[in-house]
Amino acid sequence: MQAVLKHELALFYHSLTGYVFGAFLLVFTGLGALIYNINASVANFEYVLAFIQIVFIIIVPILTMRIIADEKRQRTDQLLYSLPISTTDIVIGKFLALMVVFIIPMVFISLYPLIFAMYGQVYLPTSYGSIVAFIFLGLALISIGMFISSLTESQGMAAGICVVAMLFNYYCETLADYVSATAISSLISIIVLMIIIGLIIRFMTKSDILGYGFMAITAIIAIVVYMVKSTALESLLPNVMKELSLFSRFTPFVNGIFDLTAIVYYLSVIAFFLFLTVQSLEKRRYNG
Amino acid sequence: MITVEHLSKRYGDVLAVDDLSFTIEDGHVYGFLGPNGAGKSTTLNIMTGCLAATSGEIKIDGHDIYEEEREAKKLIGYLPEIPPLYIDQTPREYLRFVAEAKKIAKDEIEDEIEKVIEETHIEDVADRLIKQLSKGYRQRVGIAQALLGNPSVIILDEPTVGLDPMQIIEIRELISELGRKHTVILSSHILSEIQAICEKVLIIYKGKLVAFDDIENLGKTMGANNVIEIMAETSADKATEIIDKVANITEVNVEDENSRYTSLSVNTDAVDPLVTCRGLFSAFASENVVLLKLNYVQTTLEDIFIELTTAESEAEAAMAEAEELDEDSDDKEEE
Repeated sequence: MQAVLKHELALFYHSLTGYVFGAFLLVFTGLGALIYNINASVANFEYVLAFIQIVFIIIVPILTMRIIADEKRQRTDQLLYSLPISTTDIVIGKFLALMVVFIIPMVFISLYPLIFAMYGQVYLPTSYGSIVAFIFLGLALISIGMFISSLTESQGMAAGICVVAMLFNYYCETLADYVSATAISSLISIIVLMIIIGLIIRFMTKSDILGYGFMAITAIIAIVVYMVKSTALESLLPNVMKELSLFSRFTPFVNGIFDLTAIVYYLSVIAFFLFLTVQSLEKRRYNG
Repeated sequence: MITVEHLSKRYGDVLAVDDLSFTIEDGHVYGFLGPNGAGKSTTLNIMTGCLAATSGEIKIDGHDIYEEEREAKKLIGYLPEIPPLYIDQTPREYLRFVAEAKKIAKDEIEDEIEKVIEETHIEDVADRLIKQLSKGYRQRVGIAQALLGNPSVIILDEPTVGLDPMQIIEIRELISELGRKHTVILSSHILSEIQAICEKVLIIYKGKLVAFDDIENLGKTMGANNVIEIMAETSADKATEIIDKVANITEVNVEDENSRYTSLSVNTDAVDPLVTCRGLFSAFASENVVLLKLNYVQTTLEDIFIELTTAESEAEAAMAEAEELDEDSDDKEEE
């Protein structure tokens, strides 16, 4: 794990990626601070973070696209598989490396409120609460990016899919308002979703019974629920979309609330996607 | 020691490795021979834990490659077909990463890296970026990586593919050197290479093991049908007449006949083909016919290989035919 961490860090700072990522984040923070804190004379640094969270859409793909996809393309994944380290160690090592690359610019960013405090009244707890939440938000997004990178051999593809995933996540909450909230539309979308999941299971396990069985059973359950109590499905779809949004969970922190459930949510997202990444690498080992 | 038992690997409908079983003893250079697509790389990938088998068991010195992954992998150094190098690093940085990942003790890492750099003769390029290195040097860096941690078995998958003749000779010498200290398994589809370096050879064809023996023994067992080439200063009829008197001759072929001499090739099933050579010489001498050439053709690995693989595919064709016939008769019965 340590070896992987050290090695990944070396690769990040050998190439420009580590620096580009840091520069991007710092430039946008600087701009945000200029607009809100200096020009508008607002003492709350958390507004800057709310303003710059959109840069994750660009910087997360920059950071994560290479991490596993390139390993596959260069066939260096074979080396990793043949070394006496477990797949979990590899994935955690890589994630820690991403975390370090992300936290280094964040250290500089966390100096901002202190600097502002020297020239006026700054309520530091909300600033630092938001910075902590901002880091967790970033890590959750990075874990998604890493999983996407494990799905493909091409960095470009990984970056493309990652941007789409980030954008969807960013606009999820807004989109939720436009999604039909009726019970029937929820039912249809559940069935469509279950068909997709069923096909993925079928594709991954190559078992017809498991894949199609999953589809049939979940579809029947959904239909039964709809028949018995259709109100249960009402506005299910927009609610789920709102719940899924990682960005929207950051808003309470900006408003001065340290929302522990959000932190737990971010941590679960990280754990879930690290687990999926391990599975994705293991699958490659099984199917060659 | 590596034991492979009933190993199979299936990709969808294709059976890449079909019930393979063999044991690799310590301290030899083993050649893993087979045409392209025979399942060599698949087998080696499974043996090193890079790929999961569909069924079967692999033990490295008693450690199962899946159950006791760490212990088993520490005993193996593996160079895959495409050397897994991080091209933006220097060989020294790269080797340091591999050494750390192999959990070599901190105070030994430096010495260990220097040792493998020296062993693979990459001192001159150790601090250049790998992407600037030639293919031969990259291959050496790949081998250096496999040597780290002094594993008892070194597995090299087609280590000379894509190298120029000089580099091939150098890599072969390096492998022979390694063979003195480690068990080396080397895969190749080039026969002369295996013949030049290896002591024992495993031949696989369509995922099955068709032969596993010392190179010399293989020659003996397969050479049950040895060929002797003759060139005699006489007519073809006369020559065949003389040859017929000699014992253990199975077949006589006239290759060429002209006014001056006749060329023939003779097959013998004698245990020692040299006895047949002697018989032929005396037979011709007693008839006062001059022998211009008497040559015992030693079976090369190539002949063995072709014989084994064609025998295998003929057997398969026969099987398929028999099955077809069965089906035909079934159909008729149904009618």
